[in-house]
Amino acid sequence: MTALRGAATTLAIAFVLSAPAAAQERYEPPRLADGSPDLQGNWSNATMTPIVRPRGLGPVLTAEQVAALEQGRQDFIEADLTASDPDRGAPVAGGEFTGDPIWDAATGGTGGYNQFFVDAGDEVAVIRGEARSSLLTYPVDGQRPPMTAEGRARQAAIADFNRQFEQYDNPENRPLAERCIMSFGSNGGPPMLPNYFYNNNYTIVQTPDHVLIMTEMVHDARVVRLGEPSPLPHHMRPWMGDSWGHWAGDTLVIETTNIHADQILLGMSAAAFAPSEGITVTERLVRVSEDHIEYTFTISDPILFEDEMRGEVPFTRLDGALYEYACHEANYAMENVLRGARAEEARDNGNEPNRR
Amino acid sequence: MTSRPRPKHHRSTARASGIARWGTVPLLVAAMALAIGPADVDAQSGEIPRLADGRPDMNGIWQALGNAHWDIEPHTARPALAMQPGPVVPVPAQGVLAMGAVGSVPSGYGVVDDGAIPYTAAALEQRDENRAEWLDRDPEIKCYLPGVPRATYMPFPFQIFHSERHVFFAYEYAGAVRDIYMEDPGEAQVDSWMGQSYGRWEGDTFVVRVDGFNGESWLDRSGNYTGYGTIVTERYTMRGPDHIWYEARIENPETFERPWSISMPLYRNVDPDARLGQFKCVEFVEELMYGQFRKNPIRGDEGR
Repeated sequence: MTALRGAATTLAIAFVLSAPAAAQERYEPPRLADGSPDLQGNWSNATMTPIVRPRGLGPVLTAEQVAALEQGRQDFIEADLTASDPDRGAPVAGGEFTGDPIWDAATGGTGGYNQFFVDAGDEVAVIRGEARSSLLTYPVDGQRPPMTAEGRARQAAIADFNRQFEQYDNPENRPLAERCIMSFGSNGGPPMLPNYFYNNNYTIVQTPDHVLIMTEMVHDARVVRLGEPSPLPHHMRPWMGDSWGHWAGDTLVIETTNIHADQILLGMSAAAFAPSEGITVTERLVRVSEDHIEYTFTISDPILFEDEMRGEVPFTRLDGALYEYACHEANYAMENVLRGARAEEARDNGNEPNRR
Repeated sequence: MTSRPRPKHHRSTARASGIARWGTVPLLVAAMALAIGPADVDAQSGEIPRLADGRPDMNGIWQALGNAHWDIEPHTARPALAMQPGPVVPVPAQGVLAMGAVGSVPSGYGVVDDGAIPYTAAALEQRDENRAEWLDRDPEIKCYLPGVPRATYMPFPFQIFHSERHVFFAYEYAGAVRDIYMEDPGEAQVDSWMGQSYGRWEGDTFVVRVDGFNGESWLDRSGNYTGYGTIVTERYTMRGPDHIWYEARIENPETFERPWSISMPLYRNVDPDARLGQFKCVEFVEELMYGQFRKNPIRGDEGR
């Protein structure tokens, strides 16, 4: 499926590069009975373009840069897909690492995953014919804007509180994804961004007064109500916030407030942050072709940041079913990492590990 | 056990045989008619909302009312779901004692069409063992996905998103979801908690075949279960703008002597501001499941 999608996307890129705006303007989306564009179906936002722009790159990559990046990813995938040597020895003590922080964190340097299980995105994100070096487009350097004094104070307070813990002391010290509370990275969002690992898939169902967006990871269902907002009280902050949508022409606009204080936005990037009570995320979805939705977002959190953030992500149609991601029900890892930490402490204290 | 009264419009064979049996007891029939009176489905059915394609429009937030989530079989009220021997009679087990009356089980008239679930002898033993070991075994306690049909009558609402091409169910409990495939997906490729759902219309009834279950889910808080290899056939029939008559036929020859069915009304939340809540309960059970592995356990192994 990935290979097929790759071929289709390559053709699409070639097409839009040769005739960018005109072709997209002419696209007439399928429509529902009420006339709104039909965004329904399964979609993926997997891409190898990172959220934050790597230093030294401009906003748009050259064809040569794209070719080098995508070839590098293919080489990495193919190398990992080669058959294992049945006579190989045990992994090196401490693990063997590739330098890719997400991959290394997931595999633990011991082959915890291989490419059979992974679908991290093997193509650069292309928006309106431009191959993008980052999903963040504003601030123009593709980086997170400076924090306000209040934002820095809050960040320092969180760091101070967390300093009393080691990372495996309690389940609450582990990341939300490891606890099976939220998807990896910012899959659920908002904004809904790729996790650079697997299952970057979404199901959209539309009715005249609702849009349902289900994130495959942790089966998170965002219920977007259409119409005049009747916002939640300030103290009610669901994990993915309070989302209200409306159609502006053929663009679905979703405004979200009240995002949970422990939610992590822009996860899997150096820009990751926990939102304040003043955050508003505005998302815009436009179906620009049979196989693509152009997804743009604006993050406004004036309590934390001196400026807003904006970004763009292509969603690609997925011709396949989504499986159930029942994370918590088999989260043996949570128990085992905590038990492992306790065993390590017992060993360090000269005691026998507790083998319950 | 006796059969429970049902609205007269049930279409299944089981229901028809039930009516025949009731028909031999004229007094009871009269009493039943009186009792059903205002709730008679024909008497109350208004215009059914419809989509542009003419199908009944099931969009909305729905909830089963009643006590089926405690025990789908007819049952009297009891002190608690977990009991221990007492000097005179059994008393609530230590693990639930602090809940007092909040942890007591209200009575219910049951939603099983023939009163009792037709377990095989071995499966009935398993059910009884499940019931005795409820605190350790009920998947709901650990916030596991509820499966089908249990998701339908959990004490939480669920929302149906229904367009001409798609039907999607989002449940408040545990954020469970079901994408109802409207084209035959073939054999389920993997086992799952919520199963694989294939929906089709029989007239105005939405029929969903659900299979591919992993066999881990239960039917209620009383140990009732279905086992691996179960096939559930659900029927959703709108009986008016604000009611769906829900039926689920359950088949598994490994667990049951014969296929059997449950049925119950589902009610629309008619509040124009109604919205599905969020009950992501995973974080609520971390202390229960992992508390003993903390660096500094809050209560150690006490009570475990």
